[in-house]
Amino acid sequence: MRDNPVFKIVSKILFGPIIIYGLYVQFHGDYGPGGGFQAGVIVAAAFILYAMIFGLEEGRKLMPDWVVRLVMALGVVVYGGTGVASMMLGANYLDYTPFAYKIYKAQHLGIIIVELGVGLTVFAVMLALFNAFAGFKPNK
Amino acid sequence: MPVFDNIPALLVVLPLIASAIVSLLPSARVAWILTFVVTLLCLFMAFELVDIVSNTSSFSYAFGGWEPPWGIVFVVDGANVYLVLLVAFISVVSTFYAYTILAAEIAVEDLPKAYSVWLLAIASLFGLSMTGDAFNLFVFLEISALSSITLIALGAGQDRRALLAAYNYLIIGAIGATFYVIGVGYLYAATGTLNLTDIVDRLNELGTNQAAITGLAFMLAGIMVKAGVFPVHIWLPAAYSFAPSAVSSLLAAVATKVAIYYFARLLFGIFADITLLVEFFLLYILMPVSIIGIFFGTIAAIYQTDLKRLFALSSIAQIGYITLAFSLNSNSGISAGFIHIINHALIKGSIFMAIGIFAFCIGKRATMTSMQGVGRQMPITFAGFVVAGLALVGMPLTAGFISKLYLFKALFETNNGILVAIIAFSSVLSVLYLWKIFEVMWLKEPTKPLKIEKEPIMAYLPVWMMVAVIVVFGVYSNDIVMSGIGAANALIGAN
Repeated sequence: MRDNPVFKIVSKILFGPIIIYGLYVQFHGDYGPGGGFQAGVIVAAAFILYAMIFGLEEGRKLMPDWVVRLVMALGVVVYGGTGVASMMLGANYLDYTPFAYKIYKAQHLGIIIVELGVGLTVFAVMLALFNAFAGFKPNK
Repeated sequence: MPVFDNIPALLVVLPLIASAIVSLLPSARVAWILTFVVTLLCLFMAFELVDIVSNTSSFSYAFGGWEPPWGIVFVVDGANVYLVLLVAFISVVSTFYAYTILAAEIAVEDLPKAYSVWLLAIASLFGLSMTGDAFNLFVFLEISALSSITLIALGAGQDRRALLAAYNYLIIGAIGATFYVIGVGYLYAATGTLNLTDIVDRLNELGTNQAAITGLAFMLAGIMVKAGVFPVHIWLPAAYSFAPSAVSSLLAAVATKVAIYYFARLLFGIFADITLLVEFFLLYILMPVSIIGIFFGTIAAIYQTDLKRLFALSSIAQIGYITLAFSLNSNSGISAGFIHIINHALIKGSIFMAIGIFAFCIGKRATMTSMQGVGRQMPITFAGFVVAGLALVGMPLTAGFISKLYLFKALFETNNGILVAIIAFSSVLSVLYLWKIFEVMWLKEPTKPLKIEKEPIMAYLPVWMMVAVIVVFGVYSNDIVMSGIGAANALIGAN
């Protein structure tokens, strides 16, 4: 069934729009429903779809394991680093007020960066979970 | 100084960010160095925190600048400041110890990831001991459970039963966490707040409220699972005995202790005004359960032949002593409980470390048969082990004696002679299993040469650091007693 051209073509067509939708959910999360967690899952779904249709090996070529691990850690550092940046600027941890001149702009900027960190980590964790379970081989 | 204003946040954030970085490092040695430096920094910050709290009595930190009761706060006061210091100290010492022993027990390529989870566990323990928000506590409880489970499962390289132990902990721990969060839900429905100090005020306004009482019951049950209190301890012996030794020493020393601290805070700090229920719980549930737990743990330990499992069972008995002290519901009882939290963490941590070194040198699990005469072959580690063992029984000049002294002082205040006699008898029983080990390890001839002849200095040094602290607290007991009394005063006031 995997060789069915319909799957291959439809998944190729959908790959881009899924990621764009994920980015929409990511960056619109401060106005509407959404945010880093949902966006991370949606973007990861695009890669999981690709791996399901073209095989785990192809999926791993597209997004190698070391990149997944790097992105996983990077997200945590972005989130934590935002808080550390607020501390450096003299406010409490994750207080976005000092990031910009106007308080609402500062809050806006802060939440976008933090959600970006969440999105990156959730994306990478979802992909890592899929790879781990799909690539599971019982030993002997 | 901005650093000093942010210490409560930094204690969690620093290990958390370092954990992400450590997971990427290719070299086990670099990962260890970074982990060790981070734990050292945390220890310095914890000392600074003790200094700040001793001057101001309470330190509240609002995350994101959102003032309580809206935002999440970390509150450090007399009740938890020494717990934070304890977590920091134990994490430094056990990270130091992990350099040799953890490296020997798990695959080299897994080491950076193991240190990453290790730092995550430390971050969550700091969070658990400081947070002033009921739901935030649940989040840290989950981080702590997941990271502990991963660390326990790492023992699978040595013994496949570690996987089953980790799985059991996962299931039972998840049930405990579910109970806790159901309780928080009830409480939130009744009070409309999650901030612990705000909950106290709201409960005062509410008076007797069924939802709040149900919430209390669920929360206590959940926390008891995490603390390893007797009838719901079943995850504990296997988890501690099959985890890698460095992990056992970290978890046995502090992971259950932070849960016990929060248990005390719930009973005496948050729900103290629901007097009838709390008194009923303490007298008719906690006290009998603690006494049964003390005897169960001690007697099961006497018949146990696997050393790590033996001391894991003895931990259940020791947790029983702590909860028994709490169940007396008096200032002296709570101080005795808090004194024993610190002392038992130091004692059990050093014992698990010493057993790890024995197993490392003989090249297999430490059991009564494999340990014959090992004490003579490894005198330095064995000496430290014996001192820690004596402290466990409550020998004078060790910290264990101070614990027992204040426990008995609190027991005598109740004028209940039978209770005093029962506890004295249980202390004598614990001499039995220690004598059994001493006999096997010292009085019998060594049967086989050691696999590794030389005791690793990087491993026995941390054991002796802990033992030194145990002896110092036994001789100069003022600081530790003051910490316990400070905790009791912060929770129920001086009376």
